[in-house]
Amino acid sequence: MPVGALSHSPRGSRGFLERGLLLLVVLVFLEGIALPLGAASSPDTSARNGAAGHGQPDDHGGKLNETHEKKAFPVLKLEYAPIRMPFEISLWVLLASLMKLGFHLIPRLSGIVPESCLLIVVGLLVGGLIKLAGEEVPPVLDSKLFFLCLLPPIILDAGYFLPIRPFIENIGTILMFAVIGTLWNAFFVGGLLYAVCQIEGTHLSQVELLPCLLFGSIISAVDPVAVLAVFEEIHINELLHILVFGESLLNDAVTVVLYHLFEEYAAAGEVTVMDTFLGVIAFLIVSLGGVAVGAIYGILAAFTSRFTSHTRVIEPLFPFVYSYMAYLSAEMFHLSGIMALIACGAVMRPYVEANISHKSHTTIKYFLKMLSSVSETLIFIFLGVATVAGPHAWNWTFVSVTVILCLVSRVIGVVGLTFIINKFRIVKLTTKDQFIVAYGGLRGAIAFSLGYLLDKDHFPLRTMFLTAIITEVFFTVFVQGMTIKPLVDLLAVKKKQEAKRSINEEIHTQFLDHLLTGIEDICGHYGHHHWKDKLNRFNKTYIKKCLISGERYNEPQLIAFYHKMEFKQAIELVESGGGVKMPASVPLQVSMQNIQPKKQPPPDADRALPQFTKSREEEIRKILRSNLQKTRQRLRSYNRHTLVADPYEDGWGDYLLKKQRMVDIEKRMTQMTNYLTVPAAPSDSPTLRRTRLTSDPSAFFTKAPPGTVPTIQVELASPQSPDSVNLVDESSKKGVSAQGPGPKSGADPTKEQGRMVNPPSAGKGETGEEKEGEGKNPALLRCLSDPGPSNEDEEDEPFLS
Amino acid sequence: MGASQSGRAEHEFQDLSDRTRFSLEQVNNLNKRFRQLSNNKETLSREDLASLPDLDNNPIRLQIINAFFDKRNLSQDGVGIVQEISFEEFLMVLSHFQPAAMDITEDNREKLRREKLRFLFNMHDTDGNGIITLEEYRQAVEELLSKAGTIDPDTVKAIADAAMLEVASTTRGKMEPDEFYEGITFEHFLQILKTLNIESTMHVRFRNLDTGNMRCGK
Repeated sequence: MPVGALSHSPRGSRGFLERGLLLLVVLVFLEGIALPLGAASSPDTSARNGAAGHGQPDDHGGKLNETHEKKAFPVLKLEYAPIRMPFEISLWVLLASLMKLGFHLIPRLSGIVPESCLLIVVGLLVGGLIKLAGEEVPPVLDSKLFFLCLLPPIILDAGYFLPIRPFIENIGTILMFAVIGTLWNAFFVGGLLYAVCQIEGTHLSQVELLPCLLFGSIISAVDPVAVLAVFEEIHINELLHILVFGESLLNDAVTVVLYHLFEEYAAAGEVTVMDTFLGVIAFLIVSLGGVAVGAIYGILAAFTSRFTSHTRVIEPLFPFVYSYMAYLSAEMFHLSGIMALIACGAVMRPYVEANISHKSHTTIKYFLKMLSSVSETLIFIFLGVATVAGPHAWNWTFVSVTVILCLVSRVIGVVGLTFIINKFRIVKLTTKDQFIVAYGGLRGAIAFSLGYLLDKDHFPLRTMFLTAIITEVFFTVFVQGMTIKPLVDLLAVKKKQEAKRSINEEIHTQFLDHLLTGIEDICGHYGHHHWKDKLNRFNKTYIKKCLISGERYNEPQLIAFYHKMEFKQAIELVESGGGVKMPASVPLQVSMQNIQPKKQPPPDADRALPQFTKSREEEIRKILRSNLQKTRQRLRSYNRHTLVADPYEDGWGDYLLKKQRMVDIEKRMTQMTNYLTVPAAPSDSPTLRRTRLTSDPSAFFTKAPPGTVPTIQVELASPQSPDSVNLVDESSKKGVSAQGPGPKSGADPTKEQGRMVNPPSAGKGETGEEKEGEGKNPALLRCLSDPGPSNEDEEDEPFLS
Repeated sequence: MGASQSGRAEHEFQDLSDRTRFSLEQVNNLNKRFRQLSNNKETLSREDLASLPDLDNNPIRLQIINAFFDKRNLSQDGVGIVQEISFEEFLMVLSHFQPAAMDITEDNREKLRREKLRFLFNMHDTDGNGIITLEEYRQAVEELLSKAGTIDPDTVKAIADAAMLEVASTTRGKMEPDEFYEGITFEHFLQILKTLNIESTMHVRFRNLDTGNMRCGK
């Protein structure tokens, strides 16, 4: 890979830029050369057939037919035509990705200029080069390509990862901005533009009202792609982000209706009241219909994911296919495809995530991000190329008036609407917020594609419209996009809080929800919280039962959150603990005994705890330490599959039994923390320490000869088991039903060896524990039951999350 | 029922409205509700609240009801529990759930946050000693999960323990093995819940308009 090789170059960033451009030129020329050759060997250009001398139809085999001219058997042939399309597509994708790589190698640049601008510039360059090479610039931003291939991944990514809670909380505001704001923009810009065109001296009097209004409706919609691209880099607080972003998503319905309305009637020349009335109905149908279509497909996807526990390999496919079909179905009926995609992603996400394995979850996440990133890059590059392609009809008045009017109307619209909205909001929008919302209303490629779709016959001024649209897009992306970051800093707008959600916050958020619902009930009116609570309960009792497999539907949110958190910590621990050299002894920050009230005397402790003499403690300590150090490397090479053994149905109870015993032993172990200084990993939260102890498979794998040391035969718990962490409860003294380590472990010494969970027969007596344990381990079951695509898994980062 | 009665009630309400920052209409509406709940008696008792059917599904209903009768929420330095509350005290408890005014200053915002968090704190600190101990926290988590079907008590304990550890780690930092962390004080509570922006989230929309029928929605 050329760029990769460049990174070893001792030269600075200038070298990269030069070589990047060189690469660009090479690629373009390659394409340029390939095109005439492709034309030459193409079978349908019959004029050249004879001239080229091959004279054969498509089949490659080199069969000699009637032509009596016998040539030597061609050992090497160049035939570009059959592979031309995929080749060009791949070249573009490669170009986009290399550009993206290149930008991030130049650190200073990406801080000043947002990526979207750079990509447009690259597009301009590529377009320019192609033109220079004498070739015709391909119509890359073809509307079909854009709307069917490039836009859906971005919207799906946005919809799937949409933060539902802030979205729903602000839905009123968002809808107001999306619907009323866009309508206002469209009519203001369209109307005033028409008025300006009527002025003498602009030579534009042939512009009619309806095309102007159509133009206004195209240009007035805030573009989700551009907003995403720019806002991603400025990290403003969640409220503003969701307001602008939500608006850009939901205004699609308005745009679709207005566009079709004006397009239909521009031919007819006038719009009656009846038509506007029908337009309103159409708007309701378009938006609600889109959402309904999306929701249906989302439920289907969730339902399907319930049954995929045996074929985990194709699991990630379903969300993608169902969402794409939702989009296409909506587009088929001229409903809002964007809203369908958002609805589908948002509806299916909680259920799908509860059903699929962690690997699939990671796959979906990364694949979505990859697709949407590539799409976005391509869109911006194509914008640049399409600009060069033209055709353009520049008209100073029209273009400048458009740009100014868009800005003005946006500001007026936002200020006016906020004034009304603030009467109903509890958390009011300040002036700073309004400014950011107004300034962040970027236009982008959707406007361009819509303009491109216009019919030349009905709209003779199509080229002028296109030029104006492009100028507006450039203006917003470059000027507004580049300046918004320093403005955000200047105005000291609140930024996004980076902190991860802690368990305390989660507990109290839920607590607050219930509290507020209760207060509302006491006060007697059914507000927000009441309905939200009702919806949640409905969800839990009916919907989750259908759509979530296994026992997981019963899992309350708090517990699910806790599992996820412990799981993540366990993963982090495994990853970080792999190659880190441990210090000799690091005291813990806070451990359970700091919290445990001293006044509770542990009555059972004396009975359960075997009496260790000093020498035994020493030995235990030494053994543990040496094993811990040894296993640092072993952890890394741990293979998921040796743990994921087959008999998960039969050996399950057994596994749980072992885990239970591990818990007991852990309890006893931690009572010895006063005496042992088990070296702790650098990440020092106490829960992490517990997870480390539990997740270290061989940490407790002591081959100590029985008799000198009480056999602490601890289980090889997999690091992936969140529940082994949950069950570790150092402070609970209940039910440590005198399971001395002696008798049990003596009974089956074979179990603890090795990592395979073999199903021996001794599990029969413990059915009680089995059942109890099974209820605890749906997450573990789900996670471990995914063997992945093949048995040789990549070892480096098994739990990327 | 006579003019004098309503006149006196008006005056009272105005007084209450000034003191609790509710508007006059809101006071009126809440008074109607109070009468409904207490079956037209002068005071509200526990049973009146406990018999509300809507509250049945709420996992923390007991704690909510207790909060109304907790003297700490009724006045600055009250201690203990009362059995019945008057309308004024009802209003005082509910005033904790008012939203922040739009033009609130930073200091007032901080004060408001403390007030609301103090209410939450009092709900957890059931024995009133100013500290949320591990037991009390466990109790709170258990209550929270009580309506969610059969929950394994070990998990509950684990969650509460993890939460407690988190508080201890963030507020106390490093602790020696023999040091002891008694419980979450109010200051620590403030610290760990700083990101929740309580002053903007802990509020209920109080009806301004006269809703004749209790069941009418938004």
